[in-house]
Amino acid sequence: MNDTMKKVGVARKIERPNTKEFIYEIFEDFLEFHGDRLYADDGAIVGGIANFEGMPVTVIGIQKGHDLDENVKCNFGQPNPEGYRKALRLMKQAEKFKRPVITFINTAGAYCGIGAEERGQGEAIARNLMEMSNLRTPIISIFIGEGGSGGALALAVADNVWMLENGMFSVLSPEGFASILWRDPSRVDEAAALMKMTAKDLMKDHVVDRIFYEPQEGLENNLNFTTEQIKTALRETLGGLKSMPTEELLEKRYTRFRQYGEFSE
Amino acid sequence: MNLFGKRSYFSLDGNEDKKKNDRKRKRTEPSIPDGMWIKCNTCKNIIYKKEVTEYKLCPSCGAHFRMSPAERIAITCDEGSFSEFDADMSPKNPMRYPGYGEVIDNAKKKSGINEAVVTGRGKIGGYDTVLAIMDSHFMMGSMGSVVGEKITRAVEYATKSRLPIIIFTTSGGARMQEGIISLMQMAKVSAAVGRHNEEGLLYVTVLTDPTTGGVTASYAMLGDIILSEPKALIGFAGQRVIQATIHQKLPEGFQRAEFQMEHGFVDRIVNREDLKDELTIILKLHS
Repeated sequence: MNDTMKKVGVARKIERPNTKEFIYEIFEDFLEFHGDRLYADDGAIVGGIANFEGMPVTVIGIQKGHDLDENVKCNFGQPNPEGYRKALRLMKQAEKFKRPVITFINTAGAYCGIGAEERGQGEAIARNLMEMSNLRTPIISIFIGEGGSGGALALAVADNVWMLENGMFSVLSPEGFASILWRDPSRVDEAAALMKMTAKDLMKDHVVDRIFYEPQEGLENNLNFTTEQIKTALRETLGGLKSMPTEELLEKRYTRFRQYGEFSE
Repeated sequence: MNLFGKRSYFSLDGNEDKKKNDRKRKRTEPSIPDGMWIKCNTCKNIIYKKEVTEYKLCPSCGAHFRMSPAERIAITCDEGSFSEFDADMSPKNPMRYPGYGEVIDNAKKKSGINEAVVTGRGKIGGYDTVLAIMDSHFMMGSMGSVVGEKITRAVEYATKSRLPIIIFTTSGGARMQEGIISLMQMAKVSAAVGRHNEEGLLYVTVLTDPTTGGVTASYAMLGDIILSEPKALIGFAGQRVIQATIHQKLPEGFQRAEFQMEHGFVDRIVNREDLKDELTIILKLHS
């Protein structure tokens, strides 16, 4: 197993702190809100309002469980369309009340099932991408574990994208990559190394702006070690983003995503 | 020339023996003179190629065969009105994927175009519009840097020129060989579409077979008006992936255009022969 696959293993560990644990550690007064007002409440996405050192904020994240019971409730952190629509509803609410949005991302990907397709998984993700690119309030996204494809991106069209040392973000899983492109699942290590999916790689590609270190004894044993760094980063960043004129904020967000691509002409 | 590549990627009946026998039969039976006869993959009838018109429909069952951007332009735009943007844009290799250059060269040879989308400006029924037409013959219409950039530029051009944009989608999704940069194209194009939308301009998508993955989960589903060709496969997740997740048989007609309309994600299913007329009405009513 190479270094990248070791990181993937850490990111997927069932003990790894989940979104709610990060929220309780970083914010005060968190009130969870439920439902997309259209169909249902998706346990895979949690969200609500909270207090960050006196500043009202909206927090949204993809929730995983630590055991089977918890994972059944949150669908193993794989959101359905109603989850993405709940997230969008809360983001529009944040826009109305001029609260910054902070998202926590930790998912293998959007759920692939019959119901998800019937209720428009593609449409739900697409809508989030478009609406977030133009949301008139600051957005910060933090990758705390897995970041699987469009299902992760649907909460990550942000002004700042941060990642934990053992976080990841990729177009598909290394297992999927090896079996689809090479028809050889055993080449997963090679795929992982090639895919440049770790925090450091993503920083080089300007996908990630900031990396938070994890304690040697494991994040699950000392979450505070990392959340203190996140708090410092939020303290340094939120004020500036909040005081920036909205047009400038949106222009910068547009430019951030506009630059991705390598081509010749 | 393989104009009539298969409409669907995989058989859902899992009947491998039957497929093997089919292959065997093909080898032993006298071969049909190349190019004169083709087999429709929908009705399985052998059809005389000369009966297939420029609309590329099966004369026997009406199935809509996949078509190239040049063929699409010929039946959609007013004659001689189309002028292409960024025709020479080519991909680099952002992920240093081994052999990517070769893969691209082969795709160019196979499809006769430089990348999986053609963009430009033209007239439909006398109305000016910007167009983007994807091509499934080029690496299954997958979206990498070039597809993302060409479509983004076309949308930005439409915003600046205060023109509508019509995108004909067909894609297997993000181009995995370009890694995370291909995923970011979803956000890039969606942001450009968002700005066009903010300006109160018209965006129409025409979903053609197949439209899946990252293209469905970005600009395909963002049209003010979403049209689809009959029986086109439209979805987010691939059918094999869904089957592997849920371990049950998928319902008949799952993820087809008719399924999407029934579930509220497509405005209208339009026969290819009527598409130009309907697009003309839409452009007229928004002009």
